[in-house]
Amino acid sequence: MLKTKTQSLHKRQSELAASNRQLEILSDGMFKSGELPTFAKKIKETGQFPLRPKTLEILQINVGYMCNQVCDHCHVDAGPDRTEIMTKETMMRCLDVIKNTKAHTLDLTGGAPEMNPNFRWFVDEASKAGIKDFIVRSNLTIIRANKKYHDLPQFFKEHNVHIVSSMPHWTRGKTDKQRGDGVFDKSIKALQDLNAIGYGMPGSNLRLDLVYNPTGAFLPADQSGLERDFKKGLMDDFGIEFHNLFAITNLPISRFLDYLIASENYEDYMYSLVEAYNPAAVKSVMCTNTISISWDGWLYDCDFNQMLGLKIASKVKHISEYNEDIINDRDIVISQHCYGCTAGAGSSCQGSVTE
Amino acid sequence: MAANNYYDPADLRKFGKITEWSEELGTKFFDYYGKVFEDGALTAREKSLIALAVSHTEQCPYCIDAYTKDTLQRGVTKEQMMEAIHVGAAIKSGATLVHGTMMMNKVNKLDG
Repeated sequence: MLKTKTQSLHKRQSELAASNRQLEILSDGMFKSGELPTFAKKIKETGQFPLRPKTLEILQINVGYMCNQVCDHCHVDAGPDRTEIMTKETMMRCLDVIKNTKAHTLDLTGGAPEMNPNFRWFVDEASKAGIKDFIVRSNLTIIRANKKYHDLPQFFKEHNVHIVSSMPHWTRGKTDKQRGDGVFDKSIKALQDLNAIGYGMPGSNLRLDLVYNPTGAFLPADQSGLERDFKKGLMDDFGIEFHNLFAITNLPISRFLDYLIASENYEDYMYSLVEAYNPAAVKSVMCTNTISISWDGWLYDCDFNQMLGLKIASKVKHISEYNEDIINDRDIVISQHCYGCTAGAGSSCQGSVTE
Repeated sequence: MAANNYYDPADLRKFGKITEWSEELGTKFFDYYGKVFEDGALTAREKSLIALAVSHTEQCPYCIDAYTKDTLQRGVTKEQMMEAIHVGAAIKSGATLVHGTMMMNKVNKLDG
């Protein structure tokens, strides 16, 4: 296990571990006073309320909140002390959905999804469904965390898994600041292991994408410029190749919200998000084409709503009664954290949503 | 203006409002400003670092606030940011010292 920076908010029994407390904060202050418009009011101004789903494209399944890292910004509040893990029974229900869904992308996330004891069985079964794009969000260090994970790159290759991994910077200092001591070196080694079997190489079908999210209280700049700098930095210093960089905005929830408040950056950050509001990004925001499934089978508009306990506004709320037609006929649940996905070029688990 | 300060960080958010009192000039300025900082022969990242250095030589608190954030957003490291400021500082001090040649010329003429 890596040396972790802190414990999760849950373990520390922080008041921000409670999603309703986070929602209270997000509706209070300058949003309550009217100094800043609520997200609902803002999208009404541009005729985009209520937010409605389009065609379902992505099924995102969170197989558990346990992780070998405790990153500063984590919206899941994941860590070694989190015990919420998807059972094999819930995975079987997910497999039924995967076999029948119209979505073209399956996206497994966590925590570190590989720490679920049934992870390999689940990937093996899910890959048989023939879904077009099968993503696993791997934090990279898990591959080097323990001998039992060392063969993960080969396992991913055998199942044609598309790997998406967080990498906050191409330098050690900024990476370790956010993700913990030693994370950078382990991540570099894992990326080299993945390159060695073909992942991320030019022209390779073995997709390896990286996720950048800022290390502090600021928004990401243009994704293409950052990708160029990441590619140069990782190639020049370590000979590493990867396909695309996804620039993701940190949403003001969970540990990042805790950080914003503690560092007295919360107000300025919310101003930045609201000022960067882009109506074009609202049209393609990920909740319009995604369903997020939690470790215990509840359904959400996105992984962020999952962490805030905001279940979908549909009579079907659990995977046990999953029905895609009913689910797709709903209004998306929103709050002020949604400004994070509509700032600038927009933000989603697949990076920017506008050109 | 804030009651007790000439500079208020919150005023930076109001920068765009200068257009309200002179729409044509304000709009032209922001169009130009935005264009200057786009990727061109120099990358937006390189331009941001130049802006950070100039912000310091101009000693503009708003600009320092804005371009510290902007360079961070573009993945610039603190070592790179500090080196950029040293470039500005070197030019400022060099610009002072190079005028010493004027003094030397004058001394040589008057008392050489």
